[in-house]
Amino acid sequence: MNNEELREKRREFLKSSALIAGGVLLNQFAFAGGHTSTDDTIKIALIGCGDRGTGAAFQALSTTQNVKLVAMADAFQDRMDNSYKVLFDKFKDKVDVPKERRFIGFEAYKQAIALADVVLLVTPPGFRPGHFEEAVKQGKHVFMEKPVAVDSPGIRRVLAAAEIAKQKKLNVVVGLQRRYQTNYTETMKRIEDGAIGEIYSGQVYWNSGGVWVKKRQAQQTEMEYQMRNWYYFNWLCGDHIVEQHVHNIDIANWIKGAYPVSVQGTGSRAWRTGKDYGEIYDNHAVELTYADGAVIYSQCRHFEGTENRVDESFQGTKGKAYLSAGNHGILSDHKGKEIFSHPTKGNKNPYQTEHDELFAAIAKGEFKFSDAERGAKSCFTSIIGRYATYSGQTIKWDEALNADNSLFPAELSWTANPKLMPDEHGLYPIPTPGKTKVI
Amino acid sequence: MSVKLLITVPLLLSAFFSFAQEKSYTQQIEGTKLSFTMQAIPAGEFLMGSKKGKADELPVHRVKLDAFWMATFELTWDLYEPFLYKDYETSHSIVPVPANVDAVTRPTKPYLDMTFGMGKENHPALAMTHYNAIQYCKWLYARTGVFYRLPTEAEWEYACRAGSTSEYTFGDAAAGLADYGWFKENSGGKTHAVGQKKPNPWGLFDLYGNVGEWTYDQYAADFYAANQKGVAINPVAAPSKLYAHVIRGGSYEDTPLDLRSAARLASDPVWKQLDPQIPKSNWWFPEAPFIGMRLVRPVNTPSKAEITAYYDQPVIADY
Repeated sequence: MNNEELREKRREFLKSSALIAGGVLLNQFAFAGGHTSTDDTIKIALIGCGDRGTGAAFQALSTTQNVKLVAMADAFQDRMDNSYKVLFDKFKDKVDVPKERRFIGFEAYKQAIALADVVLLVTPPGFRPGHFEEAVKQGKHVFMEKPVAVDSPGIRRVLAAAEIAKQKKLNVVVGLQRRYQTNYTETMKRIEDGAIGEIYSGQVYWNSGGVWVKKRQAQQTEMEYQMRNWYYFNWLCGDHIVEQHVHNIDIANWIKGAYPVSVQGTGSRAWRTGKDYGEIYDNHAVELTYADGAVIYSQCRHFEGTENRVDESFQGTKGKAYLSAGNHGILSDHKGKEIFSHPTKGNKNPYQTEHDELFAAIAKGEFKFSDAERGAKSCFTSIIGRYATYSGQTIKWDEALNADNSLFPAELSWTANPKLMPDEHGLYPIPTPGKTKVI
Repeated sequence: MSVKLLITVPLLLSAFFSFAQEKSYTQQIEGTKLSFTMQAIPAGEFLMGSKKGKADELPVHRVKLDAFWMATFELTWDLYEPFLYKDYETSHSIVPVPANVDAVTRPTKPYLDMTFGMGKENHPALAMTHYNAIQYCKWLYARTGVFYRLPTEAEWEYACRAGSTSEYTFGDAAAGLADYGWFKENSGGKTHAVGQKKPNPWGLFDLYGNVGEWTYDQYAADFYAANQKGVAINPVAAPSKLYAHVIRGGSYEDTPLDLRSAARLASDPVWKQLDPQIPKSNWWFPEAPFIGMRLVRPVNTPSKAEITAYYDQPVIADY
């Protein structure tokens, strides 16, 4: 295909994706209004302008395709201003986002999505289901960060929208970047070919020292405080077993080629007990049981001063595997003899790779990526892990998926109250196994 | 000052040099149970660089240095974590953390596990940026009142050579290196507890291998050319750019060639590629688990203004 043909195919592809969008009437005028590209530029909207959102925009704009950032949305003006400045300074004419296309507030995402061919959904995860639904409804290709939801109703919404995205041939990449990291892809290929037999057990870890915390400021409403300190509130974050550990749990599901039928576990707060830390736990230990009887053990904690590890080990009938984000990928037999070892140096950046591949597919007019379903199911595995540790009960996949237990506030505004409110000492109710009901 | 002077370590036998300060010592970190030892390194002159190495080790030139102390060991997680984690420092302090210590800017908590599963107790702290390493020194200054800093590149090589002119302190051939350091062939791909191998003649352990060690200098392949006439006195390539800085000593991942006394390594932005956020962290190199640090204290303490200037250089944002 020559360049002109390729451009034509891309135009058609971008148009046809948009045409199917929710019965939107598309005429020449609507095109001019920016519903889709009329040249070969791929227009990008950034939804969520925090440090990770800005990072995702960097990666999208660093692909070799003809891309342009045309719209941005965030709940906060200061996040928008910082992000825009950094992006414009770095990418200059690839950033065409005048003030009128920088949208602020809870509803800002809709306007920004409308102006793009591809949207980057990078807000705190609690908003993802609504944003993903809207992007699919408007017929846009999607990059969305993990986690894709924080509760059962959110997961059902993402799964439903994922189906529609497939019908509309919309590319969807989920930021579980290990799926785009060569030590994982190369090692997994060999495991799928039977190098270590059937996987019957494993251990996956995210044990680290924790992440940032934002102090409450005097003038903040409760809604603003929770949004700023979002890591510690489940309607926004899902707890760290969902927000971070989903990466390792996704590897467990990948290696099994399945999702667990039930989960049980235990967890608590040991280090993060003060009022700055909302409601979440700082440690979870969970067993994932699969239909074939395999059990994979998962552990995550945010403790200071302890031994840390973030990696995955698996045992198969013929050997074992060790994987980590540090580019390890090692297969050995049961006596320790190495079968395969991936070189740890000289690997590509997986965060960049996921964008390179997504934008290359869109530029070629290919429908190649539909990550949303498996992304949602791995996130749900983490979510039912949280259900298990909070309740102290064994959680069955099918039962939990149907639960009507939305954490999302009834109303989104700066003066509205989230469902979880602090007591007179500024402390939040903490889940207690044996007492807390999750589904 | 809370420096406790101990008995002179009888390793400093090179009578060849004039000693400006004779005593090695143990530094307590007040209010905690932590301490570390510093070796007295005499003032002196040496030949820096190597004709047998890479182009950036040339020309071999004369360098004269004032006396200083250098940490016996690479900085360990045990000594580093109270700086990294404020809550951890509080809970492991015998007395309340002083306000001036509390005011020091601390690293953002690393998103990943920065030990990379290689172990923590007595293992070298690693993957910190050059900026992070200097801020650690600032925290230590607030804690001890003593000016600690990174070695200059010249100080590092001088201390490493300990009077030797060969490629390694024990000769030109790499045979025997396993007695002194952890490197690709004997490390098992990971760091080891500090101090398990033989020290160099000046009482410094793990200069070769284990983790590479930050120096203060900006890396320039041709920096030595400017110093080739006469004697360079306390030379330093003062850093003003984010990349590259000089790292010395090689690591557990490197081959013997990169562990030689004169071998130089330049820091690389690619070490931050696994940081998905913008701006990228000023504090961590998620793809450089092979970089650590070692403290130095000059005998001639600079003025308070100079010390402040050293610690408080503006952060260079990394995009």
